[in-house]
Amino acid sequence: MNFDPRYSGRNFSSVGTRPIRPDGIDKVTGRARYGADFNMAGQLVGRILRSPHAHAVIKSIDTSKAEKLAGVKAVITAKDLPDLTDGDAAMYDILDNSMARKKALYDGHAVAAVAAIDARTARQALKLIEVEYEVLPHVTDVDEAAQHHAPLINDQVFTEGLEEKPAKPSNVTKRTQFGHGDVHKGFAQADFVIERSFKTEQTHQGYIEPHACVASVNPDGTADLWVCTQGHFVYRQHCAQLLGLEASKLRVTSSEIGGGFGGKTHVWAEPVALALSRKAGRPVKLVMTRDEVFRASGPTSATSIDVKIGANKDGTITAAEATLRYSCGPYPGSWAEIGAMTAFACYKLENVKTVGYEVLVNRPKTAAYRAPSAPMAAFAVESVVDELAKELGMDAVEFRIKNAAQEGTRSSYGPVYGPIGIGPTLEAVKSHPHMKAPLKANQGRGMACGFWFNFGGQTCTDLNIGMDGTVSLAVGTVDVGGSRASLSLVAAEELGIDYSQVKAIVADTSSLGYNDMTDGSRGTFSSSMATISAAGNAIKILRERAAQTWDIPVEDVVWEKGHAIAKGEKYGNLAPLSLKDIAAASGKTGGPIAGHSELVADGAGVSFATHICDVEVDPETGSTRVIRYTVVQDAGKAVHPTYVEGQYQGGAAQGIGWALNEEYIYGKDGRLQNPGFLDYRIPVCSDLPMIDTQILEIPNPNHPYGVRGVGETSIVPPLAAIANAVSNAVGVRMTHIPMSPPRILAALDAEREG
Amino acid sequence: MRYIRPLSIEDAVGELAKAVGPAAILAGGSDLLVRMKGGFIEPELIVDIKAIGGLADITETADGFRIGAAVPCAVLGENKALKQAWPGVVEAANLIGSKQVQGRCTITGNLCNASPAADSVPALVAAGAKAVVAGPSGKRTIAVEAVPTGPGRTSLAKGEIIEAILLDKRPDHAGDAYLRFIPRTEMDIAVVSAGVNLTLDDKGAIKTARVALGAAAPTVLLVEEAGQVLIGSKLDEATLQRLAKICSGACRPIDDKRGTIEFRRKVAGVLAQRAATTAYKRAGGK
Repeated sequence: MNFDPRYSGRNFSSVGTRPIRPDGIDKVTGRARYGADFNMAGQLVGRILRSPHAHAVIKSIDTSKAEKLAGVKAVITAKDLPDLTDGDAAMYDILDNSMARKKALYDGHAVAAVAAIDARTARQALKLIEVEYEVLPHVTDVDEAAQHHAPLINDQVFTEGLEEKPAKPSNVTKRTQFGHGDVHKGFAQADFVIERSFKTEQTHQGYIEPHACVASVNPDGTADLWVCTQGHFVYRQHCAQLLGLEASKLRVTSSEIGGGFGGKTHVWAEPVALALSRKAGRPVKLVMTRDEVFRASGPTSATSIDVKIGANKDGTITAAEATLRYSCGPYPGSWAEIGAMTAFACYKLENVKTVGYEVLVNRPKTAAYRAPSAPMAAFAVESVVDELAKELGMDAVEFRIKNAAQEGTRSSYGPVYGPIGIGPTLEAVKSHPHMKAPLKANQGRGMACGFWFNFGGQTCTDLNIGMDGTVSLAVGTVDVGGSRASLSLVAAEELGIDYSQVKAIVADTSSLGYNDMTDGSRGTFSSSMATISAAGNAIKILRERAAQTWDIPVEDVVWEKGHAIAKGEKYGNLAPLSLKDIAAASGKTGGPIAGHSELVADGAGVSFATHICDVEVDPETGSTRVIRYTVVQDAGKAVHPTYVEGQYQGGAAQGIGWALNEEYIYGKDGRLQNPGFLDYRIPVCSDLPMIDTQILEIPNPNHPYGVRGVGETSIVPPLAAIANAVSNAVGVRMTHIPMSPPRILAALDAEREG
Repeated sequence: MRYIRPLSIEDAVGELAKAVGPAAILAGGSDLLVRMKGGFIEPELIVDIKAIGGLADITETADGFRIGAAVPCAVLGENKALKQAWPGVVEAANLIGSKQVQGRCTITGNLCNASPAADSVPALVAAGAKAVVAGPSGKRTIAVEAVPTGPGRTSLAKGEIIEAILLDKRPDHAGDAYLRFIPRTEMDIAVVSAGVNLTLDDKGAIKTARVALGAAAPTVLLVEEAGQVLIGSKLDEATLQRLAKICSGACRPIDDKRGTIEFRRKVAGVLAQRAATTAYKRAGGK
């Protein structure tokens, strides 16, 4: 059936309400099954041996003593994960990251693993594995790594994207450039130009649930994997390819997920667990410790960014330029490229140029973190925008309104915008009572804007109608933020039944067609589209069954408010048939009733947000408290407003942590100094004010309800909003994130000493 | 691994004295269990002291207070007499970890863990608290500052257990206070900290004073010169400035993941000033 995704401007009865989530009871009672809650008879405990060195050649690994230890059932090294990637460089990197092949590339890089009958034995076995390393010079800082004399992490890497292929290898893997117009001309026209350099330290998504899985590989080539993931279909593809399994024979079931934020879009220990199970012939459970999560999963990039913006006296930006260097860990990525695309996306610019450099460092492989790469670029750009507004003597909001992108604006990264929400969020902020609230001594207010692309992608759902008239909805996008509730609302809306009659589940990889991951804020956007489509297909069958029951042409049957209705005067004496009536009779009218959908959800609408933040800084200690915070963001259409607000608040909370205290701290030895929640300081509850939210709804023309993704944009403005607030509170421009108390105090002291 | 739960201090001492492999004393377990789970230690013997008579009690004596080694910090906060006499010690104990952790952790454990950043220790040192040590050769009473000798190291000999912490009875016009700097609001570890204990004469001038700093050196520092500078003053601005300078100067901090040398020096002075101001008010000074 052809599916029309265009926005239809309809009225809603279920969508937009706030029912209790279907997974709520299980979660508050502790019954919900997370990654580490799966168990199998005879399962072994898997543990991974990790490199203590930031950069070292693995000269030899002797596992013989570990193998002889009673209770050890398998010991593996890279030899047990042969290279089956067939020239696919990205897959080879995933393989090498799962288990180092020739060199350990960061502190925490896996070099061997064991499966034993219990955790104690497994730990003892790790101590018996002898690894001979040749320690190499290392580099962990993004700017140092980009220097010519820096230790080379991979001598096969030559910078891509340069006009001429370089003669020497480099840690800079790629140069990318975006923009239009002529920035030289634009700067020449400017009355005011501000140019500054910024740094942001590496942060981790900080999900509370560590990576966990149970792998069970059978001798016949079939296998099961129960795992905490944002994308079980992608995990299946990757694991099958790395292990040489057939995709359809590897069944991956996703658990409940205690946070992912991008970090669970990538396999880390799962191929190792499968390899251990294959060798041991028994199921293997592998749960990362917090230390391992920090050292060896995928944090976001550390960055170094230069921004230059010029404007006329009337407040028009004449040119904007940025150079962005993002760390990738030891494998190539496209993180600076994304930063270069998003940096100026909020603005209407005649002359704009951004250049991104991807930089290899001896740190864990960078993974996505909620609107990956955008928060750092926004921090740098929005800091300079604020400073420029001050220089011009313009209000920070007015200056942004004057330069905001609109429908029809050619974006800084290429495409021309459709209807967008940057202007409306700024107008909403301008009239928000927060902007007029009085401030006390040592307090300051800041605001900033943020952009994210959003993504659609491949999606597949099944909607099955039970004989009692209740509906089960099987989706393939992992529920990370309440999407089962939202998608149940969508099914209820389409079928015209009550929300309580729908139960949504996340199906395993053997039960549905391929689904892309829950990333790019696509979960509710894409799966709602597929659910609308699946419900439409089910309604077609419901109408056919009613027509058959009434013995009238199906064209004369319409579906309204949960009932089949015979259309026209001549059928006046036919009472409508409810979904329940039709379902009850289905066994006699042609069997089960279901709707299926497979589609590529194109047209994810871009998303914008503007945040307002008040901070108080203790001038004697540099300690910063966020005392008030407001998020204004365009949702297109909020399907379940409570979970939309939750996404807004969650992004702001993570942004606050990033802005103020979170950072990877490496010692001179290249080892991570703070791989735990004591010294990697995410905010605790009492650190945060109640985060106020305002949902704007500027419909996305490419979705029947107007839905846009909402999950990521909310982390884009906070770094900048807080930096602007701190700057306004203490009169010093902070250019290094996190703005930890020692950094703020040092900046204040430098200012005081003149 | 062997776990035992003796009923007398003599049995506990005896078991520890004859232990062959690594042994650990378990009270609240908020340090021990974390270290075991993290794989940092693998004790062969664990001696749980919570069932030993008297160790779970706070006793008010003619000389002051006796706080048993197994008394959880939360219980300190519920003891009105102790809180009134030593508010600084109690507030320090009630800053450790989270509410849940405070239901388990003890000030004796905090002392014996020998972290320079231990929250209750600067307050205890400022308070002039003493530790009652039971060992194979009998009991002895020592100043708390004599217990830690370096990060993770104590002066306790094999077989020795601290069975109680002693705090003096308070005279009139006495007050103490403890402050720590953490980048968050709770569930964190001190970047630097200060405990101040004062008594005043009838005119409101400071008669005795003890100032201790945490996370400023390998062990908690008793800064005698800082106490001296306060004596005789009514905590005027010039005295507070001198206090800050002395405290900053007394620090021997390190640059680490929690803070820089500069930051710790400076904030040690700020916290000493603030803690002294609070202690002075609590003592009835105006």
